[in-house]
Amino acid sequence: MTTRLEEKDLKRQSRRQLLKLAPVAVLGAFAFPKVNQRLVAAGVRFSDWASGGLFRSQHLAQTFSNSEVVPFAEFPYNGYDVLDPEVDLEKWTLTVEGDVQHPGEYKLAQIQALPKLSQNTRHVCVEGWDVVGSFGGTRIPDFLALVGANTGARFLEVECADDYYESIDMASALHPQSLLCYEMYGQPLDRKHGAPLRLQMPTKLGYKQAKYLDTIRVTNVLKPGKTGYWEDQGYSWFGGL
Amino acid sequence: MSNEEEREAKGESKKEAAAPQPEPVPPAKADAVEGTEAKSETVVVEPTPTEPAARTEEPTIVRAAYEHPLPIRITHWVNAISLFVMVTSGLRIFRAFPSFGPKIPEKVLLDIPKSLTLGGWLGGALQWHFTFMWFFAGSGALYLAYQVISGHYRTMLFTPRDIPGVWPMARHYFFFGPKPLATGQYNSLQKLAYTSTIGFGALSLLTGIVLFKPAQFSWLAFLLGGFHLTRGWHFAAMCGFLAFIPGHLIMVLLHGWSNFYAMLSGWKREPEYQE
Repeated sequence: MTTRLEEKDLKRQSRRQLLKLAPVAVLGAFAFPKVNQRLVAAGVRFSDWASGGLFRSQHLAQTFSNSEVVPFAEFPYNGYDVLDPEVDLEKWTLTVEGDVQHPGEYKLAQIQALPKLSQNTRHVCVEGWDVVGSFGGTRIPDFLALVGANTGARFLEVECADDYYESIDMASALHPQSLLCYEMYGQPLDRKHGAPLRLQMPTKLGYKQAKYLDTIRVTNVLKPGKTGYWEDQGYSWFGGL
Repeated sequence: MSNEEEREAKGESKKEAAAPQPEPVPPAKADAVEGTEAKSETVVVEPTPTEPAARTEEPTIVRAAYEHPLPIRITHWVNAISLFVMVTSGLRIFRAFPSFGPKIPEKVLLDIPKSLTLGGWLGGALQWHFTFMWFFAGSGALYLAYQVISGHYRTMLFTPRDIPGVWPMARHYFFFGPKPLATGQYNSLQKLAYTSTIGFGALSLLTGIVLFKPAQFSWLAFLLGGFHLTRGWHFAAMCGFLAFIPGHLIMVLLHGWSNFYAMLSGWKREPEYQE
């Protein structure tokens, strides 16, 4: 729709309309690293907050038939440092600490005495690849019940034999598919996949699935800068699927 | 809100155009009324016998169109910035696993140069991506809501009636064929391009939701052909934008300043269409 205007009225209108875009120009400030690093840190915090809200504690991740599982040889080994931290499997125990009624050292046999869940689920890496694998283990909520954990606490922290560390929200830990995994493909977990015990949660990204577990701690407080090996360098803390 | 302003501006201009001999404006008075809403009344009608020199000046009348209401301009620029960030950080994320096949054996499909990417590393790129996806989604939602509620979408929505106009316009642009007559703000090819980008945006958001939360939105993942395939769709949506953007920028350059300025101020001087 064209209209006719006096030159100066057009100019005046144009200028006034232009000024209204000034708030958008503020975005130019984000070209400076100091500003944009704060912005994206806030963006990730917001995304994590939204992720927590979107998480449905009883909604099951997709499971697959045995024919859809990739062969064991095509399930990637992934580690941040060494693939085999040479855990002494004979003497290994899991240290349980924090807000629990029965803290102490737990043997693998005690964990395996709890009901076993075997499931074929998708393992998704933050890099973008995904594989469907076969996992067996004890459900984390069962183990937390055994040690008398306060499930009203907010976090589960884990430390690993290779000095990797992680923390997860309690809701995800209590998810019915969240495993303390000691088996893959029906065989005891091999050393490079995290023997003797690793996390395996189909509702979390791969970097949350800590291997070679050493210590589990139930807590309400996470130390800043000590929330997870990759998270401390900038990955999303929630890391949920 | 800007609709009212548009009408107001037009009403004002009609009155001025209708007045056979617009009186010259005393400069002092024009200054006094500038910025107030009732400006045009005084500007046009008051005779100024005290300043005979001004009488000889004829006001320059120009044709203009208020093409882009404020919500469209805001969402356009927020979207432009978001899209730039989403594509460059997305390429960095893709670089971490540049394939659509299995992890073992990994077949590198495309080696994206680091210089085209944003974020420095995978984690940095994800931070940008997870931040600007909200701006991208937000500006997209506001844009669509405004288009639908205001009815402004009629100027740009590609409909079956536009199909016959596409080829003549493409022939003009790409093969220097005769220029079809401009009848509206956008020609058929523009409508096709702009309408497609809405499709690309919707596809990148839907697939993005699945990649972000495949377990929570398992039904959507299923509709899109599964998590693994969804990554391909997400990439394809970006390719759609990458096909659109260079053409869009070249056309803006070819059509010059007044065209670009229209997306800033809303007003286009001397548009080529007559309607």
